[in-house]
Amino acid sequence: MPATDSSSIADVLKTAEDWRNSGRSVALATVIETWGSAPRPTGSHLVIDSEGNFEGSVSGGCVEGAVVAEAVDVIETGKATTLEFGVADETAWRVGLSCGGRIRVYVEPVT
Amino acid sequence: MELDLLKALNADRAGRRAAILVTDMADGSQRLIRKSEDFSADPLAEDLEKRFRSGKSGLVSHETGEAFLNVSLPAPRLVIIGAVHISQALVPMAEIAGLDVTVIDPRTAFATEDRFPGGALKAEWPEDVLKEAPLDPFTAVAAVTHDPKIDDYPLMQALRTGCFYVGALGSRKTHGKRLERFTEAGLDPALFKRIDAPIGLDIGASSPEEIAVAVLGSTIAALRKAPGAGS
Repeated sequence: MPATDSSSIADVLKTAEDWRNSGRSVALATVIETWGSAPRPTGSHLVIDSEGNFEGSVSGGCVEGAVVAEAVDVIETGKATTLEFGVADETAWRVGLSCGGRIRVYVEPVT
Repeated sequence: MELDLLKALNADRAGRRAAILVTDMADGSQRLIRKSEDFSADPLAEDLEKRFRSGKSGLVSHETGEAFLNVSLPAPRLVIIGAVHISQALVPMAEIAGLDVTVIDPRTAFATEDRFPGGALKAEWPEDVLKEAPLDPFTAVAAVTHDPKIDDYPLMQALRTGCFYVGALGSRKTHGKRLERFTEAGLDPALFKRIDAPIGLDIGASSPEEIAVAVLGSTIAALRKAPGAGS
């Protein structure tokens, strides 16, 4: 029997629904691919509003700042985008994963 | 994601229904696939089947590009029948291991808040509790009352609903009599081998606390070593 992550952490998808219901503009970021020792598994979420508030995590803190900045743009344009982070991309993104892993993050608006 | 789709997904998660959110990476279109529904006509049917078994999210390639399959399975749960000494040790251990724990015992002498603080306790008959919160394949059941009037029903329900672990306390002789009752009740004897009895890993457990360790070990083994898990 497979199992999901322990449900003890804040429920990000429920937060996304609650924020949207209260009239906030919301984007959802999801880890869609990982290589090496990525800190959070594929499927992990971060929810962001247009003010830059966020809940959840896609990397355990390494790249959340960059994802939040990108998510605010996604909310404005309404267009989803895919971001890639890793040691190799440090110059491109100015952030990297200290663990040496790489991740791809899909950021989409909740409409 | 459309808000209606997010609401539907959250409703499935709250109701302990396995689902996969499929996102087409080429155009961003999304659909929700439920394990309980027939998805054999879906172009990704084979991948969906595999992902429901492994529980792992990930990208898959298909004819026109890539799709991301985000798998949402219910959190593993342990239902303990019997508010006995073993259960007092098993509840905190299982919670530390990440299981959602419920203890059911209609005997109010055993089922007291003092003995089981923290809200995991239901001082009711299993028949009534399981009507409200039915067993499912993401649930383990450990029956430890020694009393057929309390243990039998939830054990039979656990076998019928495909619980990932079914353990029953009692000697081989007690278990033999139990299986005779289950046969009389019309249960398929092919299911009997799924019962872990005598309960727990064979580690020579003697005290209630040690038996709790053995039961938790068996539960985790069933959770992690089942066919398909981790594939």
